[in-house]
Amino acid sequence: MPRLSICLAGAAVAAASALAVGSGLSGASGAAPLRGAATVPAPVPAPPTLAETGLYADPARRIVAPGNRPFAPQYPLWTDGATKRRWIRLPEGAPIDASDPDAWDFPAGTRFWKEFSFAGQPVETRYIERLADGSWLFAAYRWAPDGSATLAPAGGVARVYDHGGGRAHAIPSVTDCKVCHMGAPVPVLGFSALQLSLDRDPAALHGEVPPEGALDLAALQAEGRLTGARPGPAPRIAAGDGKARAVLGYLHANCGHCHNATGPLAALGLSLRQTGAAAEAGGQGTARGLTAPIRGRVPGLPATAAARIKAGHPENSALLVRMASRVPALQMPPLGTGLADEEAIAAIRDWIAAMEEDAVQPQRIPEPEH
Amino acid sequence: MHRTALALAALALPFAAQAQSDAPQDDLVARGEYLVTIGGCNDCHTPLKMGDNGPEPDMERMLSGHPAEIVIEGPATLQAPWASAGNVTNTAWSGPWGVSFTANLTPDPETGVLRDMPLELFVATMRTGRHQGQGRAILPPMPWFNYGAATDEDLAAIYAYLQQIPPVTNAVPAPLPPAQ
Repeated sequence: MPRLSICLAGAAVAAASALAVGSGLSGASGAAPLRGAATVPAPVPAPPTLAETGLYADPARRIVAPGNRPFAPQYPLWTDGATKRRWIRLPEGAPIDASDPDAWDFPAGTRFWKEFSFAGQPVETRYIERLADGSWLFAAYRWAPDGSATLAPAGGVARVYDHGGGRAHAIPSVTDCKVCHMGAPVPVLGFSALQLSLDRDPAALHGEVPPEGALDLAALQAEGRLTGARPGPAPRIAAGDGKARAVLGYLHANCGHCHNATGPLAALGLSLRQTGAAAEAGGQGTARGLTAPIRGRVPGLPATAAARIKAGHPENSALLVRMASRVPALQMPPLGTGLADEEAIAAIRDWIAAMEEDAVQPQRIPEPEH
Repeated sequence: MHRTALALAALALPFAAQAQSDAPQDDLVARGEYLVTIGGCNDCHTPLKMGDNGPEPDMERMLSGHPAEIVIEGPATLQAPWASAGNVTNTAWSGPWGVSFTANLTPDPETGVLRDMPLELFVATMRTGRHQGQGRAILPPMPWFNYGAATDEDLAAIYAYLQQIPPVTNAVPAPLPPAQ
């Protein structure tokens, strides 16, 4: 009875998948390779411990090695309110090719770390390394109560910090790391001309005070770490006012790595990325498609939210409705958070409410440059 | 590296060059048909109808997903130890994720789910288990993680086959959220 056996197999799959959905670990089966088995060489394995990535001079005391430089993007990615610390290590004598301010080309050997902490305790540290062949290695290290941090499973870990209310922070799968990072022009999302600008946005949502010795654009240039950078004013989002600037910066950092004009989702016609190059002043910077109708059907989205943004009507703006939801099929971003960002929701609600209908017109997204 | 290629590198990089140098299109389609058959795609994406020998796939609706006229308004009511349930056409599934409906995989220009999806995104979707490779998670019971383990060549073959099957106009409903 092939039909019956197939149906039973399907039910088994459903049950197993239900556990994944219920845990918030969508798709993290541990059996989801990104490779076609016969066509891609075996990946370079990540170091088994955080200490072996070279972050620390003294792992026991968590003293960071001198060559690993701290930095703080002006528009941080929000991750359920986690406190973050970030470092970069650039290989000596190999500068970043900054010819394209929106897609810096990092030399092989570049390493990034980002530490996530809740309630003063580190939970995970994510690691990105540019390998000799130009590809990128993604890994996450889970912190243990004894102060050690070891490589997390490729499928991620569903619940590593309890937020209450059934919500929890999850370490993403390697697949999900790539879902976000590989959608942008360059997989490094928080280290760019705009993010390290000296014209830092004082109103940035969840803005951070850069730590002592943090690298910024001026330091990179002074140290000869950039090549090909174009002279000009410090990068700044060309927004209509300070509130719009902060909101657009938030959307750039939290949404623009997927919603941009050059990545796999370019055909959607929604770009939330901002440029690090000089841009003409305007209400939306380089964002495009903000007020266009939504495309397709989104599960759970009210019919009244027919436009991405309905000027003057935040309640009818799909962008805000989806940001405020944590129903898995509806929420935005679709991964990486278990909680809605109430501070950002309030700011974006005010921004949309203050919009005048004639002030924001749907705009064509420019053709990709590459 | 070009931006687009870089963006897709981890998801679908190798297959672009591979697909161009592969066997002729007919062979690719035949391979795709074979894979779709043994992969069980019809089991959920082709609705069942009642025949002389019991339920059988309605091949006039081959791979067109959950029939639009079969309206389901909410999840099934289940008691332990049951976790999920399927409807009579085997195209709607209820579980902790809500209710999912199998997609229309035919090349119908209005209602086919692949209508705006280039090969690169199809591969990325199978690899990541996310809509368009980057969006919301694909819902159970779609075993994307099994198909995501296929080679780039095999996924290209499946895509080629799906692009040339008879189009069926059928607007599959959006998934329903779980009961609150």
